[in-house]
Amino acid sequence: MNFTITTNERLTEMVWRMTLRGDTSTLTAPGQFVQVSLPGFFLRRPISVCDWDGEGLTLVYKVVGQGTAAMASLQPGEHLDLLTGLGNGFRVEACGERPLLIGGGVGLPPMLGLCRALLRAGKRPRLLAGFGKAAECFLLADFETLGVPVTVTTLDGSRGLRGVATDAMPLLDFDSLCACGPLPMLRAVWRQTGGRGQYSLEERMGCGFGACMGCSIQTRGGSRRVCKEGPVFDGMELMWE
Amino acid sequence: MTDLRVSLAGLELDNPVIPASGCFGYGKEFAAYYDINLLGSFSFKGTTLEKRFGNPTPRIAETPDGMLNSVGLQNPGVRHVIDVELPEMRAYFRKPVIANVSGFSIDEYVETCRLLDGQEQVGLIEVNISCPNVHGGGMAFGTDPASAAAVTRAVKAVAKKPVYIKLSPNVTDIAAIAKACEAAGADGISLINTLLGMRVDLRTRRPVLANRMGGLSGPAVLPVALRMVYQVWEAVKLPIMGMGGVTTARDVIEMMLCGATAVQVGAANLVNPYACREIIEQLPVEMEKLGIGSLSEIIGGAHA
Ligand SMILES: Cc1cc2nc3c(=O)[nH]c(=O)nc-3n(C[C@H](O)[C@H](O)[C@H](O)COP(=O)(O)OP(=O)(O)OC[C@H]3O[C@@H](n4cnc5c(N)ncnc54)[C@H](O)[C@@H]3O)c2cc1C
Ligand SMILES: Cc1cc2nc3c(=O)[nH]c(=O)nc-3n(C[C@H](O)[C@H](O)[C@H](O)COP(=O)(O)O)c2cc1C
Ligand code: FES
Repeated sequence: MNFTITTNERLTEMVWRMTLRGDTSTLTAPGQFVQVSLPGFFLRRPISVCDWDGEGLTLVYKVVGQGTAAMASLQPGEHLDLLTGLGNGFRVEACGERPLLIGGGVGLPPMLGLCRALLRAGKRPRLLAGFGKAAECFLLADFETLGVPVTVTTLDGSRGLRGVATDAMPLLDFDSLCACGPLPMLRAVWRQTGGRGQYSLEERMGCGFGACMGCSIQTRGGSRRVCKEGPVFDGMELMWE
Repeated sequence: MTDLRVSLAGLELDNPVIPASGCFGYGKEFAAYYDINLLGSFSFKGTTLEKRFGNPTPRIAETPDGMLNSVGLQNPGVRHVIDVELPEMRAYFRKPVIANVSGFSIDEYVETCRLLDGQEQVGLIEVNISCPNVHGGGMAFGTDPASAAAVTRAVKAVAKKPVYIKLSPNVTDIAAIAKACEAAGADGISLINTLLGMRVDLRTRRPVLANRMGGLSGPAVLPVALRMVYQVWEAVKLPIMGMGGVTTARDVIEMMLCGATAVQVGAANLVNPYACREIIEQLPVEMEKLGIGSLSEIIGGAHA
């Protein structure tokens, strides 16, 4: 699917936001992802849809290697080939009235689309975002604009509470949760809640649409493809003990 | 008018384009993107007697112009394929399909082939001999002419459908293996499977793949595949399904000139789900440009 880049701007030293115009009709749930084809790279890059509407979508990505560095050098007006509507996404209806959204680092972006979907469904979400330090924080103003309570933790205490996201969980009132972020964070949340909630996972991907078995994980119900049956899994399915 | 039809020892194809095993699942995911009945056929995921989860992740790594995989033959096992996958496949694929079979002992190959041979939808059996032989010190069947012949003979004894032996490129003399399979009764040869490779993460200083090593495929391997198809064509009289690095209609024509009767497309499907449809649409255009009327006439055309 051909998309046109409308903006590509730096949010922090390493994190960028790209908006693209194109056909978003295959997107059905927050937490789904796209596979980005980049000139000069054989494999596509999986990136979560941060938010989308009928005209286009937003991706927020961290430069960690050569592919994401190439993405950051692209200019508005340039075209990108995307496979969209990939994966299952979060189940809004499975959330309670007061869901806690936990985003660690570049696990935060899909929480924005999820937050808007929860608000549309009449629920009262709140955000818990974990970063390394104040200078690495991004996207928080977008959540504040939606009027949801935002709690921030940083490892060095330079913004919000000092510590990791799970340290702040006992202070917050919630009846359900959705989490996306680095594996150690997800596991800590999972342990702390006895496996409650929905968790968005990452794996290296060959295809991103279920054909290669490159991304399989073992779950209680058997083997699952992170790209197809995931990336979002119910905590009860995960085997992290 | 251009004619794309080819004939594979008993299996007539509308065109020579066949998605390769492990890169097309059972076709379902691609049928959601386009009508896969326009393919010549397709080779489904490598099937073993019992279900296999495969290797730990990461199973995928990128390489210059290609990829490594160490999926480790994840599949639901032959009975599930017969009871669930093949019946479901009827809804979206109406042509004879190619059953790709793997095994870790001769008995396992024989039993899996026997079961799949009995399935009406299966038009041809492709036996992947790149797997390690658990009774032979773990050496791959496909790296030794005698073991390759032994698998071929055993499978041919139970199969009524045409049997193609899919060769591993990780050998010094591919022609010798192909000849051994021909002498043992193979109906055709498929090649190449993936080339053993690896990558290391510079930050962690550890191999990227959990399995450390994996199989290289994609455009990077095209010249190796062309060379091996060329050599095997000179060594045997059997029809060949050529593959390795094919992404365009021009690559298909090049592979056929080296000696392939049909051409399989693997990794290209993973990065572009429409790859095979685009190749099939482009073939008549390229044939026109090159003055080719019928594809079957160019098979082996690169040989003096
Ligand atoms: C479902 C999903 C959603 C994601 N969403 C986002 C997002 O919204 N924002 C964001 O910044 N990042 C996201 N990631 C991670 C992102 O895919 C990687 O950071 C990116 O692929 C790195 O590419 P690179 O070429 O810069 O890095 P390199 O390390 O050079 O990449 C080499 C290869 O490894 C793969 N790879 C490297 N890291 C990862 C990883 N963490 N996950 C999967 N594949 C990886 C690359 O795709 C590429 O094939 C997501 C990953 C998944 C699986
Ligand atoms: C992810 C992946 C899985 C594969 N699984 C199988 C398999 O199960 N059986 C098999 O015979 N070959 C398997 N192959 C090899 C391909 O069928 C093909 O021989 C090889 O990839 C070369 O073609 P390509 O360069 O077009 O990909 C696999 C390849 C890939 C990339
Ligand atoms: S990445 Fe290919 S099946 Fe998930």
